Amino acid sequence: MSQTVVRPPQIRRALGKKRAGGLAILFAFMLFFYGPLLYMFILAFANSYNFPAIMPNEFGFMWWDYVFKQPNTLVSITNSFLFAVCSTALSFVICIPAAYALARFQFTGRKLVMFLFLLGNAFPKIGMYTSMGIIFYKVGLMGTFMGVLLIHMLGTMMQMIWLPAGAFRSVPRHLEEAARDAGAGPLRTFFKVTLPVAWPGIAVALLYAFIGSLGESVGTLFVGLPQWRTMMTEMYGVILDFPATAGAVFALLLIIPNFVLLLLMRKYIGAETMAKGFKMS
Amino acid sequence: MSMLEIINMTKLYKTGDGVKDINLTIREGELVTLLGPSGCGKTTILRTIGGFLNVDGGDIRIAGQSIIHLPPEKRPTSMVFQAYNLWPHMRVFDNLEFGLKLRKIPRAERARRISEMMALVKMSGMEKKYPGQMSGGQQQRIAIARALLLEPQVLLLDEPFSALDAKIRQQMREELRKIQTDLNITVAFVTHDQEEAMALSDRVVVMNKGNIEQEGSPQDIYHRPQSRYVADFIGEMNFLQMPDKKVLAVRPEHVEVSPGSGGDLDGYVRTIMMLGHYIEMTVDTDHGIVKAFISDEQAQSFGRGDAVTLRFGRKQEYTTP
Repeated sequence: MSQTVVRPPQIRRALGKKRAGGLAILFAFMLFFYGPLLYMFILAFANSYNFPAIMPNEFGFMWWDYVFKQPNTLVSITNSFLFAVCSTALSFVICIPAAYALARFQFTGRKLVMFLFLLGNAFPKIGMYTSMGIIFYKVGLMGTFMGVLLIHMLGTMMQMIWLPAGAFRSVPRHLEEAARDAGAGPLRTFFKVTLPVAWPGIAVALLYAFIGSLGESVGTLFVGLPQWRTMMTEMYGVILDFPATAGAVFALLLIIPNFVLLLLMRKYIGAETMAKGFKMS
Repeated sequence: MSMLEIINMTKLYKTGDGVKDINLTIREGELVTLLGPSGCGKTTILRTIGGFLNVDGGDIRIAGQSIIHLPPEKRPTSMVFQAYNLWPHMRVFDNLEFGLKLRKIPRAERARRISEMMALVKMSGMEKKYPGQMSGGQQQRIAIARALLLEPQVLLLDEPFSALDAKIRQQMREELRKIQTDLNITVAFVTHDQEEAMALSDRVVVMNKGNIEQEGSPQDIYHRPQSRYVADFIGEMNFLQMPDKKVLAVRPEHVEVSPGSGGDLDGYVRTIMMLGHYIEMTVDTDHGIVKAFISDEQAQSFGRGDAVTLRFGRKQEYTTP
């Protein structure tokens, strides 16, 4: 009989072990995800950092000074934001009506259209950029603002279709009908009711599009250099030519806008919004 | 004066469902209920009146004017849905103000009308709340208020109380009926709840598979159902198979039970069940089980298996095809 009785201390011990195990796994994950980030922080503020020291020999802003004195740094930051703002805004204008149509109207080929937007991301990007490059050469888009913008929009358009279509789909039709009933025409109904109610999902899409554009590098290298430099393409040069500390400074510069945006939008970002966005019904 | 006229209206969906050749008139100040099970076409009719569905044939007129070519925003109707009525990103006040603003009513006048309406639906003081902060019943009150503020010539209600608790539903019914008679509003009300239809309506339209089965006052529908379908759908009804494919329909409250034999039908007591303010007895007869509502005292004098005889008060006869 005594074997079947579980005594409280045993339970506690078992739970304690489990919790300790869980904590260990959590710690391992945290280290895995945030370790490199932490290391980058340390690197960025290290004036000198020589083997075999574990921590930098001297902290300071030396490399920040250095990075900002590079002739291309400020230009590339401006360009990065210019492309991010333009590609996000332009894909917003193009995709929002399309997303609404995909969400609300039943037409033949609807699902195919949704799928085609994914297809652009299904291939290895480099292959696609090569073929785009060939076309761009022929039509004279190489090294132009429009060319780089198109490359960026390849990514932002997908973000601005799928998530907003999901957001529109989850707006109850009755809300729109009630607005029509109250005397609002279709356009007013869209701007006063549909868009505000779907806004959380669209805000997330804007965020991802913006961050995605800021992070675009390979296509920009292909099409833009040397006329158009962004922070991402500069980063390649910095990493190749200078010590790791300069790269860390650049990486931090890239993180700042993303971090600020995530912070601003955090109330909109949730598993639910994402889940709604990636439903294909 | 007839406020709403539906003339030979047809609306068919691609699936073949829908309504065909509907004729219906609602007088000014009348509350008419469209009653039927889901899929009978009642909501289809309501949505064609509101302008959310186009008709395939026939006409709909309000105060003598055809409205079938008008979009919803141009129609003199307003609709209250079962759920998702209120715009969740607007406060109650803004929800109510939306339609008034579109009608270019001055600010002071808007505020006055809204506060009056809030008092009418007993929601004064809730102007600053968001819909998400209110109960389902409160939201429907606001939805009704919003519809009334538009001063529609015909108010359309699509199962507005179906999502509410039984108690609140009853209270809302009573209040709606009071407001409707006080303001003399013309209402088309859709429901699948026959009790609700009986309680609310001046006239009930019973629907079945896209057709109007019967229309009349609640008393008419209840006491003189013209078809077996209506008799079955409204209230409780005993159906007794008779010779020559005839079916006798008797309501349980019209079955009188007495000991012995010699009545319309003899049988044996099967069950006696206490159901609150009345008692339900079922009796085994040669024509099937008959349900009767009896009083408490009567129930005392019967036991299971007793031989009883039944006498039928009001009854209807139908022929089965």
